[in-house]
Amino acid sequence: MKQQPLVSIIDIKKYFPVGSGLFGKKNHFVKAVDGVSIDIYPGETVGLVGESGCGKSTTGRMVVGLTDPTGGEIYFEGKKLSEYRAKKSLGKNLQMIFQDPYSSLNPRMTVADIIAEPLVLHKVGNAKDRRKRVDELLERVGLDSYHGSRYPIEFSGGQRQRIGIARALALQPKLIVCDEPVSALDVSIQAQILNLLKEIQKDMGLSYLFIAHGIQAVKHISDKIAVMYLGKIIEFADKEELFANPRHPYTKALLSAVPLPNPKMRDRERIILQGDLPSPANPPAGCSFHTRCPVAMEQCRSIDPNLLSTSEQSLTACLLFEDRVAN
Amino acid sequence: MSSKESPLLEVKNLETFISTPKGEIKPVNNVSFSINKGEIVALVGESGSGKSVSSLSIMGLNASAIQYKPESSIYFKDKDLLRLEEKEMRKIRGNEIAMIFQDPMFSLNPVHTIGKQIAESIVLHKKVKYKEALETALDLLNKVGIPDAKRRLNDYPHQLSGGMRQRVMIAMALACDPQLLIADEPTTALDVTIQAQILNLLRKLQKETGISILLITHDLGVVAEMADRVLVMYCGKIVEEGTVADIFENPLHPYTKGLMSSVPELYGPSKEKLDTIPGIVPNPLELPTGCNFVTRCSYATKKCSQTAPTLLQHPSGNRVSCWNPFGKEGGSAHYETAATSINYRH
Repeated sequence: MKQQPLVSIIDIKKYFPVGSGLFGKKNHFVKAVDGVSIDIYPGETVGLVGESGCGKSTTGRMVVGLTDPTGGEIYFEGKKLSEYRAKKSLGKNLQMIFQDPYSSLNPRMTVADIIAEPLVLHKVGNAKDRRKRVDELLERVGLDSYHGSRYPIEFSGGQRQRIGIARALALQPKLIVCDEPVSALDVSIQAQILNLLKEIQKDMGLSYLFIAHGIQAVKHISDKIAVMYLGKIIEFADKEELFANPRHPYTKALLSAVPLPNPKMRDRERIILQGDLPSPANPPAGCSFHTRCPVAMEQCRSIDPNLLSTSEQSLTACLLFEDRVAN
Repeated sequence: MSSKESPLLEVKNLETFISTPKGEIKPVNNVSFSINKGEIVALVGESGSGKSVSSLSIMGLNASAIQYKPESSIYFKDKDLLRLEEKEMRKIRGNEIAMIFQDPMFSLNPVHTIGKQIAESIVLHKKVKYKEALETALDLLNKVGIPDAKRRLNDYPHQLSGGMRQRVMIAMALACDPQLLIADEPTTALDVTIQAQILNLLRKLQKETGISILLITHDLGVVAEMADRVLVMYCGKIVEEGTVADIFENPLHPYTKGLMSSVPELYGPSKEKLDTIPGIVPNPLELPTGCNFVTRCSYATKKCSQTAPTLLQHPSGNRVSCWNPFGKEGGSAHYETAATSINYRH
C-alpha cells in the first residue's frame, strides 16, 4: 500500500542575503523558505497556498531545480536533485507552467517552435517526428495545428496558457509545478484551464504541485493542500479535511476572508486579521503568526511550533495543538 | 431607494469609439445605467468588456483616442459631464467624484510623502491652508485605519505595504467628501486577508458617509459581498442588470449564468469538472452579427445570429439582453411572447 513518493521535499530552506556587513560579509538574510517538507506521490496534486511573500513560488522553483536550496534536500524518485549534475536532465521529468502567459513565451518564436524547443534541447526524434508531436500537443491542449505557425502575440491570455501547458507536456514529465497558472486569466477562462489540467492528469497520470493564492482554484484541483505563512508550512492536510476542519488560526482566517459569490452569506461571521504580513527579512520570534493571530497566547511569542500530526489526514503547526503547552 | 428621487449619476446611451486602420472599435456600445444616492453598484465583466472605459468616461479620463457618439450623456446631478469644460470638470473630479485604482503603487507619486499628497488635494479643492489640510489628512489616515498615522504622514509610498497604500488611496479619495466613489478593481492586487480588511473598510465608510460607490470588478465574490445592484457587461454592452439577490439567485442571461457556475465552490464537495463558457471573447474588430455572445452561447438560436437583442425588463425583475433568457424554472424558456408585453425603461 505504502507507495514511494515521486518527489520528497525534506526540510528545504532558501535564504537570500540582503545587504552586507564589514568586508562584504553577508550577515543578514531573508528567509524566503524556512524548513519546508512535502511528499508528492505519483498522480496526485498538492496545492500550495499562501499570501505574497510566503515563499510558495520559491519552493516551486527549487522543486524544478531553477534555484538551489540553501539547506535541506529534494529527492526525485529517491535520488537527490543535487546529484543530477546536468540540470538539463531534470527537465525530462520536472516541468513548470508560469503565471504570466505574456512574458513566459518568447515573442519571436512561433508557437510550434516554442512547443518543440524542449524536444530539440533533449534531442528527441527528428524534425518530422517533432512536428507530429507538436500537432498532437496542440490538439491535446485544445488548439489547432494551424496555430503552430503563429506567434504568441496573436493569442489571448487563456490560449497562451494552453501553449505554455503544451510546452510543459512535450517531454512527458512526471511532475509539473504550476505557479499561479490561472491567476492572470478571466473567470470563464480559468475554469477552462483548470478542467484541461485535470483532464491531462487523468490521461497521463502525472503529478502537480499547484501554487496559487486563489483558494477556490487550489481546492478544485488539489488532493492535499499545504498552507504557507512566512516561509513555513503551518498546515498540511487532505483537501476535504482542510476545508471541513481547518485547525490553524491562520487557515481559518484565510478561508473566512475569501469573498463568497453568494449574497446571502454576506452577514456571516468573518475573521478579519489585523495588520500586515511581517517582513520575511525580520520575522517575529516564536510563532511567526503570533503578531496577527486572534488567539495568540503568551508562549507563542517565544516558542516556534512544530508541524505535528493533528489527525490522520492533517498536520498543524500551532501551540494550541502541542503538548508543550500546559493547559 | 425611493424611485422618485432622481439618481445621483445617470449614464445614457454611452457609446465610445476608437478609429483604427482596420475599422472602428466600440469599447462601450450604447450603455445606460444609473446610480442612486447611497447605493453600491457593481460593474462586472471580463477583460475588454468595457467596464474600465465606462468608468473613465465618468471621470473624463479616457485617452484622447476614445471618442464619444453625440447621443451619449453622463448626468451627474444636473450636469452633463461629457459636455463640461475641462476647467469645470476639474472641480468635480477628485472633489465630488473620486476614484481609486487597482494598483495603489502606480497611483501614488513616489517622490512626495503621503501626507503631502493627501493635503494637496484638500488645499486644491477646499481652499484651506496647507497646515489645516495636513490636520485633515491625519484625521483621514486614522479613519481608514492606518496605525501610527502621525508618523506615516511623512512616509513615502514605497515604505508602505500594498494594503496600506490602498488605505492611503481611499483616504485621499475621501479627502473632499465626494458623493460618488469609483473603485476600479480596488482589491485585485491584494492578498486575501488584506482584501477582507479593505472591503470591510469600504463597507464601513459607505455606511458612515452615505457615499455612492461604483465598484468595478471581475470577482463575483466581491460583488456578492458588497453590491446592492449589479451590471454585467460583455463586449461593450450591458447584458444583464438586477439587484444582487436576483442576479445571483436567478441569473437570466446565459453569460451571467456561465460566469456564476465557472467559479469553483469553496465549501462542499468539488465538482469533477467545472462548467465553462466555451471559446473566447471575440475580437472587437470582428464581432459576430446579432448577439455578441452568440459564438459562445449553448442556447443560441437562429434569431441570435441575425438580430442583436436589446436590454429589456424581464418579468422576474432583472433587465436582460437576450432572446432566450432563463426563466424562473431554470430552463431557457422562450421569451418572445413575454417580450411583447414589456416596455423599455428609459
